[in-house]
Amino acid sequence: MSSATLTRSSNEPVWALPSRGRVGMFTLIAAESAVFTIFVVAYIYYIGKSLSGPMPKDLLELPVFSTVCLLSSSLTIHLAVRALRQAKVGVFGLWWFLTMALGTIFLVSTGREWHHLIYEKGLTISTNLFGTTYYSLVGLHAFHVTVGLLAIALAMVFTLLGKVKPEHSERLDIFSLYWHFVDVVWVIVFTVVYVIGR
Amino acid sequence: MASDTIALGMADEGARPIGERLHDWVVTVDHKKLGILYILYSLLMLVIGGVEATILRIQLIVPHNHFVSPQVFNRMFTMHGTTMIFFVAMPILFGFGTYLIPLMIGTRDMAFPRLNAFSFWMTAFGGLLLYFSFIGGNGLYGAGNAPDVGWFAYAPLTSRAFSPGHSTDFWTMALLVSGIGSIGTAVNFITTILCMRCPGMTLGKMPLLAWLNLITGGLVILAVSPLTAAQIMLAIDRYLGGHFFDTQAGGAAVLWMHFFWIFGHPEVYVLIIPCFAFASEIIPVFSRKPIFGYPVMVGATVAIGFISMSVWAHHMFTVGMSSYGNSFFTATTMVIAVPTGIKIFNWIGTMWGGKIQFRAPMLFCIAFLFQFLIAGLTGIMLGASPFNWQLGNSYFVVAHFHYVIVGGILFTVFGAFYYWFPKMSGRMYNETLAKWHFWLFLIGFHLTFDFMHVPGMLGMPRRIYTYEPGRGWDIWNLIVTVGVFFQATGVLVFVANLLWSLWRGEPAGNDPWDAWTLEWSTTSPPPDYNFATIPVVESRRPLWDIKHPEDPDWKYE
Repeated sequence: MSSATLTRSSNEPVWALPSRGRVGMFTLIAAESAVFTIFVVAYIYYIGKSLSGPMPKDLLELPVFSTVCLLSSSLTIHLAVRALRQAKVGVFGLWWFLTMALGTIFLVSTGREWHHLIYEKGLTISTNLFGTTYYSLVGLHAFHVTVGLLAIALAMVFTLLGKVKPEHSERLDIFSLYWHFVDVVWVIVFTVVYVIGR
Repeated sequence: MASDTIALGMADEGARPIGERLHDWVVTVDHKKLGILYILYSLLMLVIGGVEATILRIQLIVPHNHFVSPQVFNRMFTMHGTTMIFFVAMPILFGFGTYLIPLMIGTRDMAFPRLNAFSFWMTAFGGLLLYFSFIGGNGLYGAGNAPDVGWFAYAPLTSRAFSPGHSTDFWTMALLVSGIGSIGTAVNFITTILCMRCPGMTLGKMPLLAWLNLITGGLVILAVSPLTAAQIMLAIDRYLGGHFFDTQAGGAAVLWMHFFWIFGHPEVYVLIIPCFAFASEIIPVFSRKPIFGYPVMVGATVAIGFISMSVWAHHMFTVGMSSYGNSFFTATTMVIAVPTGIKIFNWIGTMWGGKIQFRAPMLFCIAFLFQFLIAGLTGIMLGASPFNWQLGNSYFVVAHFHYVIVGGILFTVFGAFYYWFPKMSGRMYNETLAKWHFWLFLIGFHLTFDFMHVPGMLGMPRRIYTYEPGRGWDIWNLIVTVGVFFQATGVLVFVANLLWSLWRGEPAGNDPWDAWTLEWSTTSPPPDYNFATIPVVESRRPLWDIKHPEDPDWKYE
C-alpha cells in the first residue's frame, strides 16, 4: 500500500494540539488531587474521634508565617518564569532563589513544629487518631514540598552553572504548575487541620 | 520505500547475538516492544492465576476434600484475585493500549516514552513483590507466607494482630508500586491521545479504541489514586503504629471499605471499557459495516465513566448503611445499566444487515455480547439492595463478577489477541486451533460460571474451603470444577496456537482483515518508527477512503 495517498494535503488550517508537558502535568495533578482527597476525607472523618488526648486544640497553633512564605513562593516562581521568558536570566535567578528560600522556610517551620509536638508535647503518629491523621496529611504535603524543592534546587544549580536559557522557560513554567498545586493543597490542609479541625 | 528499510532491519536482527537482542527488550522505550512486554508478562501471570483458581476448584470439587489446607486455600483465593486484577487484567489491557494507541492515532510513539518504560517495570516489579511473599512473607515463626486477607483486604484482618509476619505488607507494597505504574500509564495514555494525533484526526474522527482508552485513562487517574492513598494509610498502620483502620483506637473498618471500593468499582470499568474498545474495533470489521452510532458510543462511555464514580457502596449493602445510602447506591447502579445497554444495542446495530464473517476474533466478540448482557442483568439483581442482603457474599456474587471478568473481559481480550496477532507478529494464527480454543473455552466458561449461580442461591458463601455434604451444593460444585478443565484445555490450545503461529504461521501482510484504521496501513510488524511519513486523515476510516476513492467516508461524516 502506498502511504502517499494518506498524506494528501488537507485544506484545513495549521494542525495544532495542546502541549504534552502541560497536559501531562495537569493529569498528574488530577491524580495527586485524588490522593490528597482521600487523606483529607480521612482527616475530616476522624476529627474528634480520638479516644484519648492530646487533642488538636491543646497543641496546634496557626502557622501563619510559614503559610505566608509558601503562598508568596507561588508569586515569586511566576515572576521567575516570566523573567526567563523575557530572557532576563539574572532576574530569573534572583526570583528562583527566593522561591527556593521561601519553600525551605516553610519546610523548616514544619520541621520545628513537628519537633515541638514530638519532643515537648509527646504527640507521635501512634499516640491517637489525631496524631495518625495529622502527621499523615501534613507529612504527605511536606513530602510534596520536598520533591518540589529538590526540583527547584536542581534548576538553581543549572542556573548557577549558566545552563538555563530562555528556551527552558516552557519547561519551568510546566514545573511551576506543580508548585502552584502544592500551594493550593496547603490552603486546603491549613483550613482543614488548623481552622476546622481545631 | 518503507518496506525496504524494514527488510534491512529484519536482516540485521537475525545477525545480532541473542544477548544483545534481549538487552534491547530490557532497555527499550518503544511502545510496541513495551506493549508486547506487558502482554507477555500478563500471560505468564494469567497462567499462574489460573493454576491458583484450579487449586481452589479442585479443593471444592467434593465436600470434605483435603486437597489443600484451609490456610493454603485462603492464600490461594487472595493471590488468585490480586493476580488476576492487578497483574493480568490491567497490564494486558495497558499492553494493548500501549501497542495500539500510537499506531491508531498515526504517531511514532507515546507522549512520554521513558515514563512508559518506567510504568511497565513498576508493574512488573509489583508482581514480583507479590510473589516474593512466598519466600519473604514469614516474618515470624508460625506466620503465613503469601497474603491471605482476600483481594479487598478488609480491616481489621490486615492489622498486625491478625496478620503477623510480612505477607500483608508484600500485598500492600505490590499494589502501591503497581498503582504508581498504572497512574504513569494513564498519564501517558491521556497525553498521547490529546497531544499526538496525526493531522486531520480531530476528536470526532479518532478510532473508538483511542476514545475509550482516553476515558479509561481518566478513570485510572481517579480510581487508582485513592487505592494508592489507602495503601499508604495501611502501611502507616502496620509499620508506624497508626490507627486509621484500628477500631480499638476509634478508627473505622468501614472507612477502609469505602476507600477500597471507591477504587474497586471504577476499576471494573477501567477493565471493561478497553474491552468495549476491542469490540468496537472488531465487530465493524467482521460485519463489513462502520460502527453504528459512533457519537452515542462515545457519549455512553463518558456517561459510564462519570456514573462509575458514584456506585462504589453497592459492594457494601450488607455492611448496614442508612436507608438513604442504600437507596442512592441502588439508584446509581440501576442508572449505569442504561449507557451500558445503549452500547450493546449499538454493537448489535453494527452487526444488523452486515456481512458477518465468523472468524475467531468475531466469535469471541459475539460471545462477549451475550455473556456481558447476562453479567449486567445479574449485576442489576445484585444492585437492588434487598436482593443483595439475601445473596451478598455468596457464590452468586462470585458467579456474577466472573461472568463480567471472564465472560466479558477475557473473551474480548482473546478476540483482540487473534485480531491484532497478525499485526504484532507479522504472521497469521491457525484458524482451526483458534476455533477449538473458542469452543472449549466457551463450554468450560458456561459449565463453570452458569452453574456457579446455583449454589450461591442455595446459600453457599464465598471463600469457604470446604462444605458439608447433603446441602444440595455437591453436584453444582462438581460441574463447576469440571468446567475449569475445559477452560484450562482451551487456554493450552491458545498458547500452542500462539507459539506454533509465531514460528510457522503464514505471513500476514499489512492488512489481513481488510480493515480501516491506521495500524493496518503500515507493515506487520510495524517498523520502529511506525510510519515512514506521518499520515493525514479525513474520516474515521482512513483506509476505507484510500481503498474506495470513489466513495470516501469524509463525504458523509
